[in-house]
Amino acid sequence: MPASDGASILRPRLPMDRDLGAAPCGFRGRILGIRPIASAGLTAEEMERRLLELGFVEGAAVEILHQGLFGRDPIAVRVEATTIALRRSEAAAILVGPRD
Amino acid sequence: MNDQSIAQRRFHIALVGNPNCGKTALFNALTGSHQHVANYPGVTVERKEGSVTTETGRRVQLLDLPGTYSLRARSPDEVVTRDVVLGRQAGVAPPDLLVCVADATNLRLGLRLALELKRLDRPVVLVLNMFDIAKHRGMEIDTGQLAARLGMPVVTAIAVRRGGTAALLAAIDRLAEAALPPLPSSASPTWEPPDATGIRRLQQEADRLLEAAVRTPDRRDPLTRRLDAVLLQPVAGLAILLAVLFLMFQAVFAWAAPAMEAIDAGFQALGAMIGATLPQTGALGLLRSFLQDGLIAGVGSVLVFLPQILILFMFILLLEDFGYMARAAFLMDRIMGGAGLHGRAFIPLLSSFACAIPGIMATRVIDSRRDRLATILVAPLMTCSARIPVYTLIIGAFIPDRPVGSGAWSWIGLQGLVMFGLYAAGIVSALGMSFVFKRLLWRRTPSEPFMLELPDYKLPRPRNILLGLWQRAKAFLRRAGTIILSMMVLIWFLSSVPRPPEGATEPAIEYSLAYGIGRAVEPILAPIGFNWQIGVALIPGMAAREVAVASLGTVYAVEDAEEHAGQLGQALASKWSLATALAFLAWYIFAPQCVATLGVIRRETGSLRWMWFSFGYMLALAYLAAFLTFQTARYLGAG
Ligand SMILES: Nc1nc2c(ncn2[C@@H]2O[C@H](COP(=O)(O)OP(=O)(O)OP(=O)(O)O)[C@@H](O)[C@H]2O)c(=O)[nH]1
Ligand SMILES: [Mg+2]
Repeated sequence: MPASDGASILRPRLPMDRDLGAAPCGFRGRILGIRPIASAGLTAEEMERRLLELGFVEGAAVEILHQGLFGRDPIAVRVEATTIALRRSEAAAILVGPRD
Repeated sequence: MNDQSIAQRRFHIALVGNPNCGKTALFNALTGSHQHVANYPGVTVERKEGSVTTETGRRVQLLDLPGTYSLRARSPDEVVTRDVVLGRQAGVAPPDLLVCVADATNLRLGLRLALELKRLDRPVVLVLNMFDIAKHRGMEIDTGQLAARLGMPVVTAIAVRRGGTAALLAAIDRLAEAALPPLPSSASPTWEPPDATGIRRLQQEADRLLEAAVRTPDRRDPLTRRLDAVLLQPVAGLAILLAVLFLMFQAVFAWAAPAMEAIDAGFQALGAMIGATLPQTGALGLLRSFLQDGLIAGVGSVLVFLPQILILFMFILLLEDFGYMARAAFLMDRIMGGAGLHGRAFIPLLSSFACAIPGIMATRVIDSRRDRLATILVAPLMTCSARIPVYTLIIGAFIPDRPVGSGAWSWIGLQGLVMFGLYAAGIVSALGMSFVFKRLLWRRTPSEPFMLELPDYKLPRPRNILLGLWQRAKAFLRRAGTIILSMMVLIWFLSSVPRPPEGATEPAIEYSLAYGIGRAVEPILAPIGFNWQIGVALIPGMAAREVAVASLGTVYAVEDAEEHAGQLGQALASKWSLATALAFLAWYIFAPQCVATLGVIRRETGSLRWMWFSFGYMLALAYLAAFLTFQTARYLGAG
């Protein structure tokens, strides 16, 4: 898979770009970058590290498989060959674009 | 170090890996010592040690560690893993070899961890576990290529198959040989937590490795895909979760009945036998009373609940092994979040249905202290299995055994429904209290993020389930044999001593110490409808809740010595009002937890203050609930 460098927030946002937290169930795309969002009592830096540790790295293919009943939250995201559940407020830090 | 001591030195190995990659299964396969194997990420909260002898006769010491995604530990659980790996954990020998376990079907995160471990400059071997599933799915893994690129030995393993660990054992032998003389640095390696750029680089390196050495057919596990389509469907998923819980409680009642009747009959026969052989009076009469009323009636009335407890645990073990628990956390996150709890708290709370102790220990997977504390405080409100004896006894004696409705509803029994209601009351109060705590105690701290891997479903292994059940049964029997038995002896002693004087006219128990104690607390208990016999039973009930039943059994057995101590339920039905019975049930929804639970709360929160706090608030709730129930029931004419 294409590896891009870490400072992806500097990349100009294309019209197709959006964050994973706002994407509908069934969305398929690729990760463009992680943007610094402090959430749930964590600093932006810590939030970014946690997402990276679960495999949310630039270039990874993602797909939203399931969502919860209340507020369509949380979501179950396929990241390459792993399925991760997370809340939309955390997924908002993940910038995604189309697959190709 | 001379050759002698080198040969004698034990070789220490630690199993490190992502949650759910099969470390515990591998550990069991290697050591033959068994422990609970489950599918919920991070279920291993305790350190497990064992030893294995390799082909060449080398004794190797093995340590099973909690799952982690990185050495950058966040939860108390992951801290243990990090400290052991770095050789910083007090009382644990620094490992001579790290066995990095990875799920072969899900290598991406495992490879990054392997790369992270490699930086520590310690011998590492990578194990590709679950190789059977990987092959079945048509994956091709070039282990030679992986080993060359990683710079560490790579072996495959199938933890759940006989002989599935042969390659790993051989590799351990080879490495142990090569590792002598002892490693240059037994001291802890230098290690800095990686920053975001560092993690990114490692993951990108892992992705390149994956690209070069692994071919994966591009599809999800079909079983998991099909099941999740239903089980995680927003509405159906929640409905199914509820149905599963409801089925669990119906089963606890219905399936256990025959076994319980058999155990009950056995103890009755035993009691009758003793009664027939020993005389009524004199020193032997005292012995007879002790054996019949204290020992057999007491222990019997607790052991009767073994079948129910085993059925409850069987459900929990099956759901864990199957991989459903992480899904339950997913479905419940929003609902629990409304009450101020973390989605991850669902598993500790569900385990608390069996017993609050493992439930409280399972909270170690929760990263944030506040979320963890909130879960610990409300976990004892979940109806633990020790309350089953109390509920069963009272429901059996006071609630008629008939269907709720007719036709389509006739399969739901009224007794089962009341039981379900008691469980529901426990759940609702747990959620309500955590909401209150959040508002009062931690108004400003936001709750932690919810991030959880959903593992592929696996068919539960009957061997795992049976082993788990056997461990629970052993723990219960040990409890029955120690705490409960000694409490029973105490209760019998208090209710039999002193013996009534010659020519006494009142029942024997009215001359006993227990009577004095019961009478002393009666004024406090009168507003909630409890008589002095209940007062006597409540005190040892704090050592272990189920003892309350046994104590009632003993008190009434001694009281009714003349008219043969028969069914406790019948005795209660004739002596208690319905209002008292309902108040007693209400009390036990909240009843202050047993001593063992208090001890665990103290240990896990590291504070006496929180222990007393949880004791106090539950005592207050229990009294209030019993008071309201009793007064309302009496007002409605059930007094
Ligand atoms: N088919 C197959 N199943 C396996 C294998 N190894 C483990 N499992 C299953 O995978 C599940 C998880 O295994 P565990 O041993 O609990 O995983 P763990 O790494 O200890 O998990 P945590 O302690 O939660 O981090 C269980 O249902 C095992 O039966 C394997 O080699 N093949
Ligand atoms: Mg484990």
